[in-house]
Amino acid sequence: MTVIDIRKDPENLRMTVTAEFDAPVERVWQMWDDPRRLERWWGPPSHPATVVDHELAPGGAVTYFMTSPEGDKYHGWWRVLAVAAPRSLQFEDGFADDSGTPNPDMPVTTANVQLEPRADGGTRMSIATTFSSLEQMEQLVEMGMEEGLKAAMGQIDGLLDAA
Amino acid sequence: MFHALADATRRDIVTRVLPREWSVSALAREYPMSFAAVQKHVAVLERAGLVSKRRHGREQLVRADIDAVRRASSVLDHFEAIWRSRMERFGELLAEPEKGTDP
Repeated sequence: MTVIDIRKDPENLRMTVTAEFDAPVERVWQMWDDPRRLERWWGPPSHPATVVDHELAPGGAVTYFMTSPEGDKYHGWWRVLAVAAPRSLQFEDGFADDSGTPNPDMPVTTANVQLEPRADGGTRMSIATTFSSLEQMEQLVEMGMEEGLKAAMGQIDGLLDAA
Repeated sequence: MFHALADATRRDIVTRVLPREWSVSALAREYPMSFAAVQKHVAVLERAGLVSKRRHGREQLVRADIDAVRRASSVLDHFEAIWRSRMERFGELLAEPEKGTDP
């Protein structure tokens, strides 16, 4: 796997990640479509994700929580805006309260996932994440992107420094 | 395609109004699009909190909030690290032998 490109576009409050995989589009799609697979990559290893609801259909919901080493649970949700298996998925991604109910006061980002087959049978995947306002972005930072994520970030920073 | 073009235009507008104020009409002369279209881009940037507008006589003057642009960049740095690690796990998982839901 190679992350071939991360494009940060602060003027549009957007970040686009492009990665290529030596696996066909159908298998890459499963990583989103199968909740058991999704939960293995969505949350950091220190805060494993558990996917509860998973309906990849327009208007459908995906709900999940991440569990910290201390046992605290951080809930999140997606609302699926559009889906065209196995090629594209658009969804809103937000936070929820402890009962899993979406919290309307918390920031929501929009993700646009596109899968393209490569001539050699591999897949090129791009994910564009867009924020609706700077204020919302700052709110995320103030929250420490969830304390748990912050801790996980520290580990990642360490890895990147070591690389 | 339209989105990519709109993004490029907004990026360009922010770059221009970072060092100094520009009027919307002066900006409009720089792009092959209508005054209304440029005004719309400015409005999007204003809503995003990246630029502010003030009236000066008949002109609307636009300037970027340098600090805001910087803060937006730093949030995106944060996001970059999250997504890099997600993609690393994503790739590792894909590389595992295809055995359904085996651990």
